[in-house]
Amino acid sequence: MTTLELKNVTKRYRIRGAGDILALDDVSFTLTSGRTLALVGQSGSGKSTIAKILTQLERATSGEILLDGKPVPRRGRALRRYRQQVRMVFQDPFASLNPYHTVRHHIERPLLLDHVVPREDVEAEVVRLLERVRLEPGTTIDRRPHELSGGQRQRVAIARALASRPGLLVADEPVSMLDVSIRLGVLNLLADLQRESNLGVLYITHDLATARHFSDEIMVLNHGTVVERGLADDVILNPQHPYTRALRDASPDPERHFSGTGTTAETRS
Amino acid sequence: MTHEPLLTVSDFSVVYDVDPPVEAVRNVSLTVRRGEILGLAGESGCGKTTLAYGVQRLLQPPAVITSGSAVFHDASGTDVDLNTLDAQQMRAFRWAKASMVFQGAMNALNPVLNVGRQLGDVFSTHRPQMSRGERAEESAGLLDLVGVGRDRLRSYPHELSGGMRQRVMIAMALALKPQLMIMDEPTTALDVLVQREILEQISELRHQLGFSVVFITHDLPLLLEISDRIAVMREGRIVELDTASTIYHHAQHEYTRRLLGSFPSLTGDRGAFVRGTDGTSEQGSVVTAGEASR
Repeated sequence: MTTLELKNVTKRYRIRGAGDILALDDVSFTLTSGRTLALVGQSGSGKSTIAKILTQLERATSGEILLDGKPVPRRGRALRRYRQQVRMVFQDPFASLNPYHTVRHHIERPLLLDHVVPREDVEAEVVRLLERVRLEPGTTIDRRPHELSGGQRQRVAIARALASRPGLLVADEPVSMLDVSIRLGVLNLLADLQRESNLGVLYITHDLATARHFSDEIMVLNHGTVVERGLADDVILNPQHPYTRALRDASPDPERHFSGTGTTAETRS
Repeated sequence: MTHEPLLTVSDFSVVYDVDPPVEAVRNVSLTVRRGEILGLAGESGCGKTTLAYGVQRLLQPPAVITSGSAVFHDASGTDVDLNTLDAQQMRAFRWAKASMVFQGAMNALNPVLNVGRQLGDVFSTHRPQMSRGERAEESAGLLDLVGVGRDRLRSYPHELSGGMRQRVMIAMALALKPQLMIMDEPTTALDVLVQREILEQISELRHQLGFSVVFITHDLPLLLEISDRIAVMREGRIVELDTASTIYHHAQHEYTRRLLGSFPSLTGDRGAFVRGTDGTSEQGSVVTAGEASR
């Protein structure tokens, strides 16, 4: 059981000549294993800043981050151990994999660096991880990223994230760069892995529909502030905050459109 | 909207002449009606952009149009076969009769010229008799029309938000009051709120000015809301073409249904399989996913 708690986290970016930008303003929430929390909001709302702070690619300006009640270590081995627990899957599987290296290399690295398994078991562990993300190890292990489809690449990135056996996974728009017909396959995979390993998942997205079906809870971010948080269905079907309502009403929804209860001012001939 | 045709594409094929040759568009026939929004849906690599470029004869080698014709039925009553125009005639035709909003407005605008200059370019090319003052006035009017505002005439692209740049592109496409506007993923990079504003604007302008739109995107739910008719494309072919409502309620083709199944419903039950099913999805579970949703 892993619990990550953000308490009153604020992040300020200093922009030369333009003063400060308040990217996160007093954000508090908890991420626990076995649960999926979706983080939605427009671009610039601070979604990715939260991801970077959770994985300690950025430091919070103020506030506390507690992993199982203990503050996040600032450096050294302790920080490395923290990062083993909180892993990230990035948006663009074309950019997040190194074009020079094979699939094997990508997954071996975290295994070796973090001494997850004894050296002689590394190969077997790579195979096991590929199988976990439903890739055929025999045909993929020696390939380079350009020989794989977008969906396969993202599966490799997920296998790499799982290598250090994390308790929590931060997935920043993990399917938005993929072709529409394979998106659900990758989301289903994440959902399966989440159940199998009792992972806590933070699913960052701008797509309210997948957020609703994929997550237990949804948190809505606007200008660095959490405006609403609740059970996925409640937030989408019965939004409390005007901003959440605006987001929902702007999202395409053929069902609402064809049932004639459209809330938009769409005029049709 | 009438059933009067504006553009008739028949048996249109494009091949990328590489080794091995890629048949990007295969024997496509379709009609764009006057005043309608025709959605062109499909995934990356299905040939939707190639088709649009091919019709406008914007393709570069190694792309070769191997068969078919595109006939434009001008409002004046004359029919123009686009394949028979020479370079000069084609240049005059483009933008004046059929304009295009390209994918990614961020890259389509010139970063070192202000948007007023770039709008003015359209007029100095196509309406050389216009004076500088008239050009400026027209450009200003266009920016007002798309909701950017004439005070942005002297702004450079980097000073505008993504949504504003996209509106500038739309203004540019509207400059010569074309009868057809081809929009290639015009809102894909934008937020849903900005996207909605722009879509409403397009819809409003269409009613005001009466042009037809070919709207290209992979976002089928969006097309279902804004289009009169939708063509679904796959591997260079149009697998299904029908009214938005028929596509949504009674899709005939298995691929259309699968594509529809790829989008969980925002407020309905469709797509609920993602959460709470027992974890049995397999590799390439696309088909199962689509079928499980209905």
